[in-house]
Amino acid sequence: MIAGYFPENVSTFGGSIDHVFWLILYIVGFFFVVAQVLLVYFVVRYRRRGNAPAFYNRGDTPREAAWVLVPAVIVLCFDLGIDAVGHRAWELVKGAPPPAQVEVKVSAKQFNWDFTYPDAAGKLDAADSVTVENELHVPVGKVVRLTLTSEDVIHSLWVPNLRLKQDVVPGRTIVAWFEATKPGHYEIGCTELCGFGHYSMHADLFVHTEADYAKWRAENLENKSAGN
Amino acid sequence: MNTVTVDDHAAHHVSFVRRYLFSLDHKVIAKQYMLLSAAMAIIGGGSSYLIRWQLAWPETSIPGWGPIGPDNYNALITMHGTIMVFFVAMPLLLGAFGNFLIPLMVGAEDMAFPRLNATSFWTLFVASCVLVSSFFVPQGPAAAGWTSYAPLSDKAVYTGVTWGQDLWILAVALEFASFMMGGINFLVTALNLRTRGMRLMRLPLLVWMEMTAAVVFLLSVGPLVAGAVMLLLDRAAGTSFFQPDRGGDPLLWEHLFWFFGHPEVYVVALPGFGIMLEILPVFARKPIFGYRTIVYSTIAAGLLSFIVWAHHMFVSGMDPRLASPFSVTTIMISVPFAIIMFAMIATLWRGSISLASPMLFALGGIATFLIGGVTGIFLGSAATDIYLHGTYFVVAHFHYTLFPVVFFGGFAGLYFWFPKMFGRMMNETLGQIHFWISFFAFNGIFVPLFLVGIGGSPRRIYELSSYDMLKPLQPLHVVATVAGIALLLAQIPLIVNAFYSMVRGPIAGRNPWHANTLEWTVDSPPSHPNFTVPPRVYRDPYEYSIPGAAEDWMAQDAVAEADLRAAGR
Repeated sequence: MIAGYFPENVSTFGGSIDHVFWLILYIVGFFFVVAQVLLVYFVVRYRRRGNAPAFYNRGDTPREAAWVLVPAVIVLCFDLGIDAVGHRAWELVKGAPPPAQVEVKVSAKQFNWDFTYPDAAGKLDAADSVTVENELHVPVGKVVRLTLTSEDVIHSLWVPNLRLKQDVVPGRTIVAWFEATKPGHYEIGCTELCGFGHYSMHADLFVHTEADYAKWRAENLENKSAGN
Repeated sequence: MNTVTVDDHAAHHVSFVRRYLFSLDHKVIAKQYMLLSAAMAIIGGGSSYLIRWQLAWPETSIPGWGPIGPDNYNALITMHGTIMVFFVAMPLLLGAFGNFLIPLMVGAEDMAFPRLNATSFWTLFVASCVLVSSFFVPQGPAAAGWTSYAPLSDKAVYTGVTWGQDLWILAVALEFASFMMGGINFLVTALNLRTRGMRLMRLPLLVWMEMTAAVVFLLSVGPLVAGAVMLLLDRAAGTSFFQPDRGGDPLLWEHLFWFFGHPEVYVVALPGFGIMLEILPVFARKPIFGYRTIVYSTIAAGLLSFIVWAHHMFVSGMDPRLASPFSVTTIMISVPFAIIMFAMIATLWRGSISLASPMLFALGGIATFLIGGVTGIFLGSAATDIYLHGTYFVVAHFHYTLFPVVFFGGFAGLYFWFPKMFGRMMNETLGQIHFWISFFAFNGIFVPLFLVGIGGSPRRIYELSSYDMLKPLQPLHVVATVAGIALLLAQIPLIVNAFYSMVRGPIAGRNPWHANTLEWTVDSPPSHPNFTVPPRVYRDPYEYSIPGAAEDWMAQDAVAEADLRAAGR
C-alpha cells in the first residue's frame, strides 16, 4: 500500500535510499505493532472487574527493570544498524561525487529555476552559455553535476523521482549530482518555503537518450548561442 | 462556593482585581494560563480550518470566511505553528499544569516567587496581544513559516510583510522572556519548597518532567533570543547577520533556531508525558513500573536533546560529514523514550484498569505518540531524510508527536484535575464522546498526510495541483480535511462539558479518584494558602494496591496502620 505512493525511482542512488526506508519501516513496524498489541491487550485483559485487586509491583528491582531495559537495548542495537546502513546511503548521495560528465548551473530565485548549460566547448561560464528557465535537460546514464546558487532566499531543489533534495542557499555555492537511469519527463519542485509563489515554483526535468540529448542541444543551445 | 471561611483571613482585604486579575496565587495564575491557552487555541485551531479547506478544495470560497490567496495561506501556516507551539502548548502544559500542580504536589504554599509568577503570565499575555495584533496591521501577519528562516524573514521585500514580521519577532521574544521567568520559578519551587519527607525520589513524575523541561528550555533558549535580536536588528537597524550579500549567513539562523527548536519539542512533550504518568497508576491502581528508570531516562532524553538539532538541517547545505553523527544522536534519543513508553505499558500489566475519561485520553496519547516516535526514525536517518525532508511526511510526523502530548495529554490532565481546580466533576458521557470522535478524527487527518508526503508533496504549498505528479494525492487531502472538521466539531462536547460542569457538576470532594499525591489531600478547589499545616510525606507517590492494606491507595502523607503497628511494636 505504501509502496504504491512512492514515485518511480529513476536515479542510480535512489534505490539505496528506498532500501533504508523499507529497512526502517520493517524494524519500527515490528516494535510499533508489539507495543500497540500489548497496550490494547493489557487494557482489555486487565479491565477492572468487581473488586479484583491490581498486582502490587513497582518494577524497581533489576530483575523487573530488565523487562523494559532489555527491549531498550534491543532498540539501541537496531538503531545502530539503521545508522550504519543509512550512513552508507548518505555517503553515496551526499559524499564525494563521482567525476562529472555533464555540468549544469542552477540558479534559484523567487519563483523560478534557471538552468545554465555549458557552451559547445563544455565551458559553463562562457559568454555563449545558454540559460533556460524551468527546464533541466540531461542525458540518461551520465553523471550530472549541479552547481546550485540562489539570488534571494533559501530554496530547495526537489526531484522526487531522483530521490534528490538539496537546499539552495544564497551566499553559498552547493554542489549536487545524480545519474538518471530512465529517459522521461519528471517534475522538479521547491521544498523550502520561499514566499507567496512557493507552491508554484516548479520546473521540468527531461531525461533524454544520448541521441535525443544531442538533438536537443543542437536545436536549443548551439543554434541559440551561434545566433547571438 | 464557600467564599468566606474563618481562616480565610487573607481574602478579606483582597479586592476583586487583586484576587482574580493580578492575583499572586499560583492556582489563579494557572487558570489564567489555561484560559489564555484556550483563547489562543481557538485562533490557532480556527486557522487550521482555513488551511485544511484550501488544501482539500483549492481556491474555493471557505464557508464562513471567503477565499484565501497564497500570501494569506503562508501567513496562516506561520501563525498556526507559532500559536500552537508557543501560545497553546507551552501555556497549557507548563503554564497551567506546572503552575497549578508543582506547589501542591511538593507540599508548598505557593510558587517560590509569586510576583515573578504573575509577571511571567502578564508578559505572556502582552506577547499574545502583540502576536494577535499582527493580524490587523498593513500587509498582515508574518508569512515566513514558524521557523522564520532568513533571509525570507530578514527583508520585507521577500514576503511583502513589514510590520507583521517585526511583531512576530517581538511576540516570540516576549514569550521566551515569560517562560524564562516561569522556568526559574518552577525549578526553585520544586527543589527548595519541598515539604518535609518529600525527597527527590518521592516527587511525582510530573514534577520531574516539568523540572527537566524547565532546565532544557532555560539552557536552549538563550541562543535563539540572541538570534531574534539579530533578526530584528537586520530588519530595523541595517545590520546583516543573516544577509549573505553583506557578509551574513542564513545557516546561522537555522542553527540558532534549531538549537532551541528541537529541545523545545521535549519542553512540550515531557510535561505531557508527566500528566499521562500521573494518570496511569491512578486508573490502573498500580505503582508506576520503574519510577527511577523513568526519572533517569527523562534526564538522559533532556541531555541528548541538546545534540540532535542538526537533523533539521541534513540537506541545508551544512557540511555533509556532520549528518551521520547527528543521525546517530537523533536515532539514539529513541532509547530513553522507548523506555518511558515500555514502562507506561508495563504499568498496565496486571492492573485493575478503569477507562474513565482521563485514562482514555492518557492511553490515546500513548497510542498515538508511538506513531510519532517511530516515524521520527525515518527523519532522523539522514539518508531517508533526503527524500522526506520538507514533505508532508514531516507535517504528519510532528503532529503525531505534539498532538498526543498537547491535546491528549492536556485533556487527560483537564479531565483529571478539573475536580481539583473547580471543585466539581465533569460529565463522563460527554468526555467519552469527546475522546472517541477526537481520536478517530485525529488519525483521519494525519495518516493520509503521511501518504501525501511519501507521494512526494512538499509541505507549505498553497495547492498541489500545480504539480502534475501530485494531483492523484488530492483525495487524501479531502479525507484529511473532513476529519479535520470532525476534530473541530468534536470540541463542542468539551466546551459544553467544561462550562456546565464548572457550575452544575456534582461536587467532587477532596479526592474523587482515590489518588495518592498531595494535591488530593486538600480542598477542591484548594484554599489560599494551600495547606493549613505543612504536610509531611511518608511514602512514594504511586503506592496503590499494597497487599494487605485496607484501601487500594495510600496518600503520600498518610500514616499507615502498618507504620503505626511497626512503631508500636
